[in-house]
Amino acid sequence: MSGGRKIGDVILKVDNISLRFGGVKALTDISFDVREHEIRAIIGPNGAGKSSMLNVINGVYTPQEGTVTFHGKQRRDMDTHEAAEHGIARTFQNIALFTGMTVLDNIMTGRNLKIKSTFIEQAFWFGRARREEIENRKKVEEIIDFLQLQSVRKTPVARLPYGIKKRVELARALAAEPTMLLLDEPMAGMNVEEKQDMCRFVLDTNDQFGTTIVLIEHDMGVVMDISDRVVVLDYGKKIGDGSPTEVRNNPDVIKAYLGAH
Amino acid sequence: MSAPSAPAVADTFPSLLLKHASERPDAPALREKYLGIWQTWSWAETAAEVRSMASGLAALGFKRGDNLAIIGDNRPRLYMAFAAAQSLGGVAVPMYQDAVAVEMMHVLDDADIRFAIVEDQEQVDKLLEARDARPQIEHIIFEDPRGLRNYNAPGLMSLEALRELGTKFDQTHPGRYEQEVALGNTSDISVMLYTSGTTGKPKGVCQSHEAFVTAARGGVQFDKLTATDNVLSYLPMAWVGDHLFSYAQFLVAGFTVNCPESAETVMTDLREIGPTYYFAPPRVFESLLTSLSIRMEDASSIKQSLYNAFMKVARRCGADILDGRAVTTKDRLLYALGNVFVYGPLKNTLGMSRIRVAYTAGAAIGPDLFRFYRSIGINLKQLYGSTETCAYVCLQPDGEIKFDSVGKAAPGVEVKIAENGEVLVRGAMVLKEYYKRPDATAEAIDDAGYFHTGDAGVFDVDGHLKIIDRAKDVGHLSSGEMFAPNYIENKLKFFSHIKEAVCFGHQRDHVVAFINIDLTAVGNWAERRNIVYSGYIDLAGKDEVYTLIKDCVEKVNAELATEGELSHSQIERFLILHKELDPDDDELTRTRKVRRGFIAEKYAPLMDALYSDKTVQHIETQVKFEDGRTGSIAADVKIADARRLPAVSKAAA
Repeated sequence: MSGGRKIGDVILKVDNISLRFGGVKALTDISFDVREHEIRAIIGPNGAGKSSMLNVINGVYTPQEGTVTFHGKQRRDMDTHEAAEHGIARTFQNIALFTGMTVLDNIMTGRNLKIKSTFIEQAFWFGRARREEIENRKKVEEIIDFLQLQSVRKTPVARLPYGIKKRVELARALAAEPTMLLLDEPMAGMNVEEKQDMCRFVLDTNDQFGTTIVLIEHDMGVVMDISDRVVVLDYGKKIGDGSPTEVRNNPDVIKAYLGAH
Repeated sequence: MSAPSAPAVADTFPSLLLKHASERPDAPALREKYLGIWQTWSWAETAAEVRSMASGLAALGFKRGDNLAIIGDNRPRLYMAFAAAQSLGGVAVPMYQDAVAVEMMHVLDDADIRFAIVEDQEQVDKLLEARDARPQIEHIIFEDPRGLRNYNAPGLMSLEALRELGTKFDQTHPGRYEQEVALGNTSDISVMLYTSGTTGKPKGVCQSHEAFVTAARGGVQFDKLTATDNVLSYLPMAWVGDHLFSYAQFLVAGFTVNCPESAETVMTDLREIGPTYYFAPPRVFESLLTSLSIRMEDASSIKQSLYNAFMKVARRCGADILDGRAVTTKDRLLYALGNVFVYGPLKNTLGMSRIRVAYTAGAAIGPDLFRFYRSIGINLKQLYGSTETCAYVCLQPDGEIKFDSVGKAAPGVEVKIAENGEVLVRGAMVLKEYYKRPDATAEAIDDAGYFHTGDAGVFDVDGHLKIIDRAKDVGHLSSGEMFAPNYIENKLKFFSHIKEAVCFGHQRDHVVAFINIDLTAVGNWAERRNIVYSGYIDLAGKDEVYTLIKDCVEKVNAELATEGELSHSQIERFLILHKELDPDDDELTRTRKVRRGFIAEKYAPLMDALYSDKTVQHIETQVKFEDGRTGSIAADVKIADARRLPAVSKAAA
């Protein structure tokens, strides 16, 4: 695989997270860590709490118990803005793009955080606004090139097939130049070819930019092929953690997956 | 570095490049869209990059006579790689970028490839795979470093690094580059293009500088191409057509070559560039028209009626206006109006607003398709040529366009028809040899220097060449006249009601035909006429269908009657086969070419009946079902006569 990539120290650590919605226990006492530059997968059957876990990491949900430590700073409630500013970007399980806008404009929105110019400057397009727009557009074009979206650059997102929309979401997340990328089921609903493309892009992103990737995925083949370490959740509890081979041979994991059928 | 100085006579591609760089250093030579913006290389920049690339290759030990493999999509730097190899007296060997590693093996072996300049990781991977068994591939140079950061195979380097190496080499060896270019001779091999290999292994066609320069000069003069023209190059670089249009003519005329951003963006790039000179195989024109028709059907009724009304005008007089023939003032006014409302916007959408000359070649183009483009004012023409003749044998002159001919012999080309009907070509553009294949060379080029194209053709009364068939398929009627089955079959198949046709007539008194109707088209036709049928056999035997097909056959006869020697090949009797010809029954090849000999044997009773007075013949045929079982179908096949017309000369028609 990507031989030159060096997995570094722990940059994200979640400790004893419990999350409840009223009487429903979504997550119970979950702890795991993510190392710099690695691809970390979270898997589990439907309703296992995977998306909730991701939402806790980037601050959409506040857990009742436990802490999230990111870049050495420990906290209970990660603020979404703070998460973005610290370089956490994400994609969504149900595509959340601006459907009326072009691919280019959608990706440009990912640059929002990098814009420092004032409203007045932008309205009249002078000074910093002009310079920033050119810089941002360049960065966006590099991402378009990277994800091979040239042919749909000016196409409104609503007209695109599903697989390409997913890729646009990844592009928008990458536009924020994240250090950590949270991918919520990036291959769900894709055909084999689209999945292969997406795997390639995820690996390339990790390899080229050194981005740490946390991904949720259903497709076991994909997970086992591309991730370095895997966390397995079932009914909101962690039942396994380790390398793909370790997880595959874990009797609890086998039971959770096969027992469901 | 010294400013490039132009050599006295520019007759090799590197010297042509230097000439342009010294005469028009700032004019645009190459463009490519990168990060959404068109990037331009001027002639001076192009020459400088070629120089550093060539010096880098020299530093790695690339010698006169060495072959350089070039693999990738159309990219400016890969075009420069051609010139870099040629500067050192080497030979450029472009290869098809979509071939898998196994398919590349033959060419890599045959051409003794030691050096390769390739586009990206995909091609590098293929070459590294090939290298396991071929240690002679020493140097692999890639343009796009994406994904290759962690590769450390020996001999692998980026184009960037090669050029740095070259710049250093150039400083320590001043004047070496000029010397190498000056050593180049016009009779040296400049490029080796591999034949497609549909018959046997691909052969390397060695073409000299002289061959391609002559072909390019001829074409440039013929169509009055200038340095201000623009082309979009998107066809494979390994194909002779692209090499002539985007490399040879580019360096001869000095126009601008534009490379698309990616294979999927060609349509957008076409609109942005608005080329003035365009080349595409018929299928590209066909798919453009298909998508256009589909979108027209979705348009509002006002737009549709406007389109239909003005397309009627265009069909009536568009081609005549383009050819400069007399047209009534009323039609001229209507056409001008149509240009404002329909043809202009249409051409703009297709990216063809600025086209002065467009060519198509490579396969037969349907007359309707051809007429459509000409009628809306696009000067679409046909040419004839092959890899062995630098794609330059015949061109259609402006104003003398016939959809069924490929035009007149191009300037500097001698074309004649052999005894057996084969087209023979002589001139500077004929290949020097097949690489390491003296046997094949001797077979293709005769003692008088004529290249045997393998195609059969005839000249019509105006001196236009008409390609009718592969020479080996052409037969003779018992009266001695030429009989070209493929040619007649193609004419029949242009009718939408006819799916397949098989003609017989070799060593016979007259021509007969087996016809397969197109079930969808004829079925639809029958439904609209309330003709009830149960299936293919039933429909094929209907009298009404025979009348319909007879009409088509007689139209073909009428066309044949005007075509000199071929007027004897008019179809006398025909039948509609009771089953569809099928590759599973070995009647067609997998590429859907009819296997005439096999069909004649299999349906011998029908053949005998066609050459007797019978009007109906019983036949039983074995068929193979898709699951592998066999069965048999029996039918009484009717045989019909078609009316033949007396031969007419062109003047009378």
